Amino acid sequence: MKHQPYLLLEGITVTFPTPGGIFTALDSVDLGVEKGQFVSIIGHSGCGKSTLLNVVAGLVKPSEGVVFLEGQPVDKPGPDRAVIFQDHSLLPWLSVLENVLLAVDKVMKSASRTERREWAMHNLELVQMASSASKRPAELSGGMKQRVGIARAIAMKPRVLLMDEPFGALDALTRASLQTAVMNIQEQLRNTVLMITHDVDEAVLLSDRVLMLTNGPAATIGEDLAVRLPRPRSALESAPLPVYQQARQAVLRFLHQRYSNPLDAAA
Amino acid sequence: MATVISMRGEDVASNHEPELSSAMEATVAKADPPQKAAPVKARPALGARLGGMAGAAAARLLPTLLMLVLFLGAWQIACQDEGSALPAPSKIWTESHEVIVHPLKGVIFDAGGMHIDETGDVGVGGHILTSLQRVAYGFSLSVIFGVALGILIGQSVFAYRALDPLFQIFRTVPPLAWLPISLAIFQQAGPSAVFLIFITAIWPIILNTAAGVQNIPETYRNVGRVLALSPIEYFRKIMLPATVPHMFTGLRIGIGMSWLAIVAAEMVQGGTGIGFFIWDSYNSSLLTDTIVALIWIGLVGFTLDRIVGWIGNRVARQA
Repeated sequence: MKHQPYLLLEGITVTFPTPGGIFTALDSVDLGVEKGQFVSIIGHSGCGKSTLLNVVAGLVKPSEGVVFLEGQPVDKPGPDRAVIFQDHSLLPWLSVLENVLLAVDKVMKSASRTERREWAMHNLELVQMASSASKRPAELSGGMKQRVGIARAIAMKPRVLLMDEPFGALDALTRASLQTAVMNIQEQLRNTVLMITHDVDEAVLLSDRVLMLTNGPAATIGEDLAVRLPRPRSALESAPLPVYQQARQAVLRFLHQRYSNPLDAAA
Repeated sequence: MATVISMRGEDVASNHEPELSSAMEATVAKADPPQKAAPVKARPALGARLGGMAGAAAARLLPTLLMLVLFLGAWQIACQDEGSALPAPSKIWTESHEVIVHPLKGVIFDAGGMHIDETGDVGVGGHILTSLQRVAYGFSLSVIFGVALGILIGQSVFAYRALDPLFQIFRTVPPLAWLPISLAIFQQAGPSAVFLIFITAIWPIILNTAAGVQNIPETYRNVGRVLALSPIEYFRKIMLPATVPHMFTGLRIGIGMSWLAIVAAEMVQGGTGIGFFIWDSYNSSLLTDTIVALIWIGLVGFTLDRIVGWIGNRVARQA
């Protein structure tokens, strides 16, 4: 039998009806991701990155094509494909712990109350937010909210972790500190991760593979780059390495030469 | 207000990102060493805080009291003449003394609870209680049906397109215009007043609840979908708490309109209730009694509004 990747996207095409006719956002995207791989998807804004992630999440139904997870087709959202949203989307009326528990209660139905609580606290500890468990999201800074968003997602023990520009709304220092947090967690949990980003360094630093999307409409994967940086990585130690620089150059060339921002061409 | 107070003392700490990597720590620490060293503000002593609160309350109330005194004084001076059509405050006090000091005349408290004397010799408070009871029935009905219909048209585009135009038209019908139909259906004053309250209060409740449901942020819906919440879980955990603030806006408008409508309805229908009391005192040329009743109506309406607002704040914080 032929080897089938852990997560497999086959011929994913997404079209939207618009007043001006049918708009094709994604055009027959094929992609295989192995278990435990950290894969980034990078591209200019509006190219359909988030649509691709939402298809895997089951939030958007593809017009054509199928998503297979461990050989089984998936077409609905579910906690096995946890999403870390860009705006963290914590529920403001729940405390930090309750936000995580909402997810834990859903995936650990057979566990006792104490076990579920312990699991939620354990995941908050992983993101260093255990001390804020009883606070409301409004009392937290943007970076801390996103840490809780990460805790909520990994507490679901997802088969695939989906990150939709998770650090896009954060300032540079906070972003660096969260990237480190994600790398540490990834060392421990070895999740299969699909991350959307528009930050070249973030993609290279965190990923095993960087997928570069062509410009929309009808975007597809233009280049698939393996990043063979040794792990554990850190921003300070990995950035000067030639492998890092080469990968970074490759992504930059793709984004600024082969598929430059459509708005630049117009200017 | 409460959140602001509870956050005091924690705000210094919450500016901080917990650090994981030593490399990052160096960068961040360099960026903001003064914050790390800043001590947590100590809370002032309880007595000092209470004193401060009393001072703040006095500062808020003082202008109101001053205005009240000025208003009553001006009224007294303007209407002091014997022939004045509008009675002065002093005249109200002397002529309606009985009404003012015995509001609960005719209200009987016994083992079976509270009754209102059927013979008709009832104080202003008794009439208010009768009206409040009708508002309670009518308003409760409109909350039940209003919230249910609001969620329906908020959730379903089809239901919204079907029902919204109808609601938009009905909500502009003045409460009293429903009275003939209400009387024709129910024949009696009590039930028809309850129906009138129901039909008056329901529209703002429906429309605000629907707006609340429609305005649930897309990301909250997506959280519900990713967690694969069942419809009941989604309703309890996301839709209801997200909609509560809008819902209570509708309830507050609704209770205010109910109180407006009940007085008008009772004036027309007669029998019992504060509206009837006003009409009756006017017909008996007891204008001073009318003014006492007006003050009661204002105070009760204000209290109702505040009660609903207070519950709304409590629920929104809990939910």
